[in-house]
Amino acid sequence: MIPIDLIQKTAEALMDKAAIEIPEDYLDGLKKAAETENGDLSSFVLKAMLDNYEAAKEDRRAMCGDTGVPRWFVKLGNDARVEGGMCALETALRRATAISTNSVPLRPNRVHPLWRTDHNNNVGIGAPEIEYGFEPEGEWIDLITVHKGGLFGTDYRMLFPSDGIQGIKRFYLDSLMAFGKRGLACQPAIIGIGLGGSKDICMTLGKRASVLRTVGSRNSDPRIAEMEEEFKELGNSIGMGAMGFVGKNMVIDCNIEVGYCHTGGMPMSVHAFCLSSRRAVARIYPDGRVEHRTDPDWFTPYQRRETVDWEPIREAAE
Amino acid sequence: MKPREIRLSTTPTPEAIAELRLGDIVYLDGLMYTAREGVYMRALEDKANIPMELPSESAANFHCSPAARINADGSFDMGAVTATASFRFAKWLPEWMEKTGAKLIIGKGGMTSKDYKSYFVPNGAVYLSTVGYGTGALLGRGVENVEAVHWNEELGLAQAIWVIKCNKMGPFIVASDMNGDCLFERENAKIAQNIERVYEGTKPAVLKRYGESDDRSDEVI
Repeated sequence: MIPIDLIQKTAEALMDKAAIEIPEDYLDGLKKAAETENGDLSSFVLKAMLDNYEAAKEDRRAMCGDTGVPRWFVKLGNDARVEGGMCALETALRRATAISTNSVPLRPNRVHPLWRTDHNNNVGIGAPEIEYGFEPEGEWIDLITVHKGGLFGTDYRMLFPSDGIQGIKRFYLDSLMAFGKRGLACQPAIIGIGLGGSKDICMTLGKRASVLRTVGSRNSDPRIAEMEEEFKELGNSIGMGAMGFVGKNMVIDCNIEVGYCHTGGMPMSVHAFCLSSRRAVARIYPDGRVEHRTDPDWFTPYQRRETVDWEPIREAAE
Repeated sequence: MKPREIRLSTTPTPEAIAELRLGDIVYLDGLMYTAREGVYMRALEDKANIPMELPSESAANFHCSPAARINADGSFDMGAVTATASFRFAKWLPEWMEKTGAKLIIGKGGMTSKDYKSYFVPNGAVYLSTVGYGTGALLGRGVENVEAVHWNEELGLAQAIWVIKCNKMGPFIVASDMNGDCLFERENAKIAQNIERVYEGTKPAVLKRYGESDDRSDEVI
């Protein structure tokens, strides 16, 4: 049984880390980008961003004034049990979100869409989002918080099989061009592409591809992995860099996730996880151990399974 | 070439503004206030009295909501500050500038050269863009003090007027000048030369969308 107060305490620590500490994989990616950048203004911007991450960590202040919209991804090993059950878990995550909004402090970004009511704590109807995943074994629970910012850089389109890969490329470029100008997407970003699924799942896949995969990770399907490399290069060949200035770093990495879709369609979504790619992860065990990390490790073979049954033992033997 | 770095007052002289060139890096000293849609609507549409002496106290309008809190004892804690996209406020800015004498509009993404020529230049104002966007911690270091928060009860923390005392706050990038030229449009024009090459081999989507045709009597197939 995992103690509920440990879940809340860990969740508060994660809120703080996500807002303040840029994940190592993104930082390494941006450092590499800064080395290759030769546009005057783009170079200046990347250098300022690297200074900014340092300042945030030194001062323990949020790296960006727009601290995004906090949300949670929860993954449970099949044998995990939470004290008080799953409703207690949701209450703990809502409490941690509210408490940390005040203590870090974060910007209270969440408002009612019509009445603009602001509880000043990032909690409200449907906020923070809490989504779940499961793994076949384990008594642990993974808490992942993502504070994705930005009103820009995201789009959806129903493409069709006859649009082909060239159609996918074109919509990808359209999204980068539309939101890259003036730097609205706060690039260089981790671009996530969702392909397939039904319309809502297509959006979810793209979002998760951008926020739940790390820079340098590759899809387990080698042909998709090749597309990821190609798309990263393509995005960086536009000639646009940080803030939409002339430059060659728009895409720190491109991650693609797929889901089976309707036979007649090929829905596609594009998401951009910005210069402040805020994510933090911890695994909590029933014995009270807490292991912090920055890789959500969400897309396991189980999450990408395509068979009716899951038989891990046979898979392992092959 | 390394960009030029300049210290600028938040109540700048016309000469100091005329000196600024596109792409200069600016650090600010003096009082600055945040104002975005909530403030514009309350001041301009609801005709509420602006609770500051403008522009004598400050001629610097920051499009920003800070990551900040008001403590139980009434004091303030400001962590990070970052701008929000300015183009959405074009509707209110001409009247706002006229009313407040704002000379520095600070935000994200700039405005169009049409905006600059039609009401920035006539008001002797320029646009400064934040850098990144997301140098929130660096900008936070430039906040010497939070002097006041106005209209918090009416508008909430994110939309309130935060009056900030800046001490070498920056970096910001000069994104418009007294010719009404726009830094982002200049960069867009350079990048545009590449577009055809990048798109080579792709074709328009099978199913169109409104917006790709402005004629609503068209079909999208």
